[in-house]
Amino acid sequence: MAELSIVEAINDAFHVELERDESVLVIGEDVGRAGGVFRATAGLRERFGPDRCVDTPLAEAGILGSAVGLCMAGFRPICEMQYDAFSYPCLDQLITHVGRYRWRTGGKMAFPLVVRMPYGGGVKAPELHDDSPETYYVHTPGVKVAIPSTPADAKGLLAAAIRDPDPVVVLEPKLHYRTLRGEVPEGEHVVPLGRARLVREGSDLTIVAYGSMVPVAEAAADELDASVEVLDVRTLKPLDEEALLASAAKTGRVVIVQEAPRTCGYAAELAAILAEKAILDLHGPVLRVTGYDVPYPYWQIEDAYMPSVERVADAARRLLEF
Amino acid sequence: MAQVVPAEHELRRVIGDGESIPDREVEGLGEADLLELHRSLVLLRTYDERSLVYHRQGRIGTYAIFWNHEAMQAGAVHALDDEDWIFPSYRESAIGLLRGMPASTVLSWWRGHPAGWWNPADYNVASICVPIATHVPHAAGLAWGKKLRGESACALVFFGDGATSEGSFHEGANFAAVMDAPLVLLCNNNQWAISTPLEAQTRAETLADKAVGYGMPGVRVDGADVLAVYEATREAVARARTGEGPTFVEAVTYRAAPHATADDPRAYIDLERVEEERKRECVGRYEAYLERLGVLEPEHAEAVRSEARELMRRGIAQAEAEPPPDSELLFAHAFVDPPASFGSDLDELRRILGDG
Repeated sequence: MAELSIVEAINDAFHVELERDESVLVIGEDVGRAGGVFRATAGLRERFGPDRCVDTPLAEAGILGSAVGLCMAGFRPICEMQYDAFSYPCLDQLITHVGRYRWRTGGKMAFPLVVRMPYGGGVKAPELHDDSPETYYVHTPGVKVAIPSTPADAKGLLAAAIRDPDPVVVLEPKLHYRTLRGEVPEGEHVVPLGRARLVREGSDLTIVAYGSMVPVAEAAADELDASVEVLDVRTLKPLDEEALLASAAKTGRVVIVQEAPRTCGYAAELAAILAEKAILDLHGPVLRVTGYDVPYPYWQIEDAYMPSVERVADAARRLLEF
Repeated sequence: MAQVVPAEHELRRVIGDGESIPDREVEGLGEADLLELHRSLVLLRTYDERSLVYHRQGRIGTYAIFWNHEAMQAGAVHALDDEDWIFPSYRESAIGLLRGMPASTVLSWWRGHPAGWWNPADYNVASICVPIATHVPHAAGLAWGKKLRGESACALVFFGDGATSEGSFHEGANFAAVMDAPLVLLCNNNQWAISTPLEAQTRAETLADKAVGYGMPGVRVDGADVLAVYEATREAVARARTGEGPTFVEAVTYRAAPHATADDPRAYIDLERVEEERKRECVGRYEAYLERLGVLEPEHAEAVRSEARELMRRGIAQAEAEPPPDSELLFAHAFVDPPASFGSDLDELRRILGDG
């Protein structure tokens, strides 16, 4: 085991997976010569050559659209979107083709591609470098979505996404790219899609989170004078529904944390599942702590936007007292 | 490196008018090839005319008519080898017939039935692209991938004049150029995007001029001259195979039929011009050319037409004989590895439909 940052773990996954399968290609803006603006693809061009780690024109729909064609030619392309909000032009391809093409061929042709991107705020960046766009991806049929919160999961979920026969979008918490370090298994390491991670066990209340909100949930759990369970969803689609319902059955109280704006966000989906399948287990309402329904703000006021430890702890206390 | 060259402005022609404009011949095309092209033209024409009838009879849904576009479709496809990929828009819905796809498959597609599914790798024909121009990057990617694999196959993508206004066209064309991808961009300039005329679409003098901005050659051909389209595409394919990258071919014609069965062009189109175009439609022009060459016998032409009609009769009968699709098909193919929720959704649906 090596202790790596999230971005180092991603880079490690790339090296292992490109070595393992020569149909895997990395394509995107600045991924080759520069090794990615966050250095996630550093060293790949030197190690595997400019045809396996390709600097593309600056065109997100072109990157994902050509990845569809590369799949038809037998490749497994991994597309980097440089930032969360820069991925929006690729939604055209994702919605109109990537999520539909397999169905359109009656299951005869697979599109084993990956779209990955850094996401989320708190990094004092210019506008549109801070979004949490997961709902757009989760809402698109035919596409799977994973969001790691630890270095080991960053490596293992990316490896799983690369090996998966369906299109997978991986959003990486850029706030913790370098600040969060942890043990990462060396060599091949795959974290299966569709399995949540029980971060800590508790009996009074569950905080459900993913990506950059997992450390916030953990810090809130530390502050509370109660036995708090923290569940890291890890894969938003397919969801580990069993783990969610098991935790709700155990604690009867659920707070869901997401950084994205509230309305129709992923927390709303989790709350709806709890309402449909766990209502008799619940001792109080399912509460959400989310970003607000506003454009992501300029960075001098972004702290007010971000779901904080205080807001999560406050919601948890209200629910414990309900 | 692709050379930046001025686009050809004169429309290339091979077929004359039997009077002042002389016929040419395309080098290397023998009598068998000429008759094979004729067979393809007739097949596509018959498909289109019968589909319009089937629509009126309520046997297929909304249908995008391609009457008088058969020359650019057949001409382009005949310049390809079977290993080469075709990326059709909805205007080229029946292009698979030229690769041996059953008519029932395409008719089922227009009937909204899953029997209209096909595996693109079976024919090297991608699925029909309904949104405009979003398949151009797919074709660029496929062509780039073939080059990366060291294979000689190339790709050809069909799109219309309106598509050149789309971002996806730009991104796909530029990608293909940058990657020196073996791609032929075949623009069907029929001068109308539903009701929007070309002059409301661009300030470029010709669409082929756009090629210059991507560093690729642009060629303009008479889109109703099957041999001119064939010849220009063959040259583009030769460039593609020798690593010289993509070519933009602008096939110019005039849409002499409605955009689709749901469209009434009388509100916007020049009816006199339509009448004129219908008189010089592409199948008749080619048949007259073959007759002047002494290659096409009337009995042969009639046999080809009759064969095409029979193929359509069998095709529609087969499409109509398809049983109603099982509701399981809703879920069967969205994922290789479907989420657990699909199982309970299907169980619930079957319980409500009473079929499980």
